[in-house]
Amino acid sequence: MTAAVEFQSVSRHFGHGPTAVKAVDAVDLTIAEGSFFAMLGPSGSGKTTCLRLISGFEQPSAGAIRIFGQDVSAIPPNRRNVNTVFQDYALFPHMNVRDNVAYGLMVKGMGRAQRHDKAEEMLSLVQLGGYGDRKPGQLSGGQRQRVALARALVNEPRVLLLDEPLGALDLKLREAMQDELKALQQRLGITFVFVTHDQHEALSMADSLAVFNQGKIAQIGTPEEIYAKPRTRFVADFVGSSNVLPPALTQALGGPAQWASLRPEHTRLAATGPVSGTVTALRYLGAATRVVLHVGETELAALVPAGQPLPEMGATTSVAFDAPHLHIMEDRA
Amino acid sequence: MTGPSAPAILPERGLADRLTAFFWRRPRAFLLLLLTPPLLWLGVVYLGSLFALLWQSFYSIDEFSGMVKQEFTLKTYAELFRPANFDVILRTILMSAAVTIGCAVLAFPVAYYAARFAKGRWKAVFYLGIMLPLWSSYLVKVYAWKLILAKEGIITWATEATHTSGILNALLALPVIGGNSLSTSYIGMFMVFVYVWIPYMILPMQAALERVPTSMLEASQDLGASRAQTLRTVILPLAMPGVIAGSIFTFSLTMGDYIIPQIVGNSSNFIGMAVYQLQGTAGNIPLAAAFSMVPIVIMLVYLTLAKRAGAFDAL
Repeated sequence: MTAAVEFQSVSRHFGHGPTAVKAVDAVDLTIAEGSFFAMLGPSGSGKTTCLRLISGFEQPSAGAIRIFGQDVSAIPPNRRNVNTVFQDYALFPHMNVRDNVAYGLMVKGMGRAQRHDKAEEMLSLVQLGGYGDRKPGQLSGGQRQRVALARALVNEPRVLLLDEPLGALDLKLREAMQDELKALQQRLGITFVFVTHDQHEALSMADSLAVFNQGKIAQIGTPEEIYAKPRTRFVADFVGSSNVLPPALTQALGGPAQWASLRPEHTRLAATGPVSGTVTALRYLGAATRVVLHVGETELAALVPAGQPLPEMGATTSVAFDAPHLHIMEDRA
Repeated sequence: MTGPSAPAILPERGLADRLTAFFWRRPRAFLLLLLTPPLLWLGVVYLGSLFALLWQSFYSIDEFSGMVKQEFTLKTYAELFRPANFDVILRTILMSAAVTIGCAVLAFPVAYYAARFAKGRWKAVFYLGIMLPLWSSYLVKVYAWKLILAKEGIITWATEATHTSGILNALLALPVIGGNSLSTSYIGMFMVFVYVWIPYMILPMQAALERVPTSMLEASQDLGASRAQTLRTVILPLAMPGVIAGSIFTFSLTMGDYIIPQIVGNSSNFIGMAVYQLQGTAGNIPLAAAFSMVPIVIMLVYLTLAKRAGAFDAL
C-alpha cells in the first residue's frame, strides 16, 4: 500500500543564518492511506507547519514530500488534491452556505445546477440540509465547522487536513464532533490528518499519532503505544500528564537507575512503602481525586477513585503500584 | 489596611467620583451629554444648511427683474435639463466616473501591498507616502501640475528626450479628450483629479483589504482556485465596501470641485464651476441650489445601486 503522505527528512526554517528558527527539523514521517492521523504537540512545536507543508502553504527548506508517491515540491496548493479545514474555518462571508460549499467545484468549472446539487448532498452528510441559503454569519460555531468540513469534502480530496478543527468549540460540542468526525472518516475512507494540542482529542480519535516537540517528532505510534510506553520524558509529560521519575527515584521504587514514567491512575496511596511524600494538593475531578505528593523535589500524582479515603493536606503518605506499570524511558527530554 | 479589616466600600474622593456614580446609575444621561454637541452641530449647521439649500432649489428667478420669486416651483429643476446645463451635468458625471475608476485601478495594488505585505517600518513609510501630499496646499499642487503638464513642461521634454513624443501627440490628437497640450485637455484634468483624490481611495481600500484574513485567501487556493479566480471571487468582493467608501470620496469630491476645471483643461464648465458662477456673478441662487442637488441625488442613486448589487454583503 502506498503511503498517503511521506516526509523524507523535511525541514522548514524561517529566517537565515544562526538566528533561523527550525520550525520543522529533519522530520521523517509516513501516513498510511485511509488512516486518521494526529499531529500532537504544544504550540510552536512544528505540527501546524507540517500540515501547511502538506497543503502547500509552506515549502520545505530541505527534504522531499510525497503525496501518494508523487513529489509535490513543485506543485502549488491549488493543484494538490488535498483540502484543509482551517482553524478559523475561513468561510467566505459574502457567499451563502451553498456557494461556500460549492466553491471548489465552481473554480473547477462545474455547472451551477450540478455543483449546487453536490453541495446540498454534502450539506446533508454533515447534517446541515436546508441551511444552504444562510450566510456563514448566521450560523453557530459548530455549524460553521460542519460547513468548512463539507466545503473541503465536496472536492473528494485524497487527504483531508484539519487544523485544530475543534479548538473553538465548547466541550460538549467538541465531544460530539469528535465522534462525528471519526464516523465520517471511517465512512468515507479518506485519509484524515489533524493537528491538535489536546492530547485527549488525539488519543481518542487517531489511529496513529506523532508527538511533536521543538520541530522534531518525539514519538510516533498508536495511541495505546504512546500512552502506555512514552519514549521520552517530554512525551510522558505531555500525553496524559504522567509522573516522570528521575533515575534516583526509579531506583528507590525498585527499578533501574533510569528515567521512568508512572501513570497517576496506576499510582495508589499506601500506609507504608519505600517512597513517601507530603500531600501538597488535592483536586476533585468527579470520578476521582488527583492527589499531588512532593517526594523531595519531584511531584508525584495519584488518582484516588471516588469513595476511597483521602489524605489531609500536609499529611505524609507512601505510594504503591504494580511493577509492570513502571515504564523505563530513553534518557532525553 | 488589608485583608478582613479593609472597608467594603472605598471613600468617595470628591466631584469626579460623584459624577462617575451619577453616570453609572444613569448611563442614558451620559450618552445624552456626549451626543448633544455633535448632534446640534450636525443637525443645525450641517443638515440645516442642506435643507435650506433644498428649499432654495424650489424657488425660481424672475427673468425680467432678476429677483428670486419665493414660490414653490419645479421650474428651476426643469432648467437643469436645458442642453447647456445638461451638458455640464453629463460632463461632470463622466469625469467623476472616470476619475473614480482611475483611482480604484491605481489604488488597488498599493492598498493590497500595504494590507498584505507591509510590516512595521514599511507600514509607516506607506502611510507617510499616502498622507504627505495631503499636507501641502491643494492649490500649490494643482498649479504644480499645470506646469508639469504644460507644453513647455517636463512631460513634453521627457517624451522628446526619449523620442516618444509620437505617443504623446497621438494621445493629444484623440477627439474630445485630447487638446493642444496635456494642461489644456481632459486627459490632463483627469490626471490631476486622480492625483489629488487617490489617497481617499487608497486608505479605505487598504482598511477593507486588511480585514480579509490570510486564511480566506489560503482557503480559496486550497479549494483549487487560481490567483485570478481568488482575486475575482474572494478578494474583490471582500474589498468592495472599501472601494465603495473610497469611490464616494473620489466621486463626490470630483463632482463638487470648481478649482481644477478652472486651472487645468479646456475651460469647459463643470457643476462646481456652474454653482460658483450662478451664486456669485449671476446671482441665480435657485439654479445654483438645484445644481448642488445633482451630486447628492447621484450619490444616493449610486449607493442604492451598489447596495442592490451586493457591494455591502461583506460588511
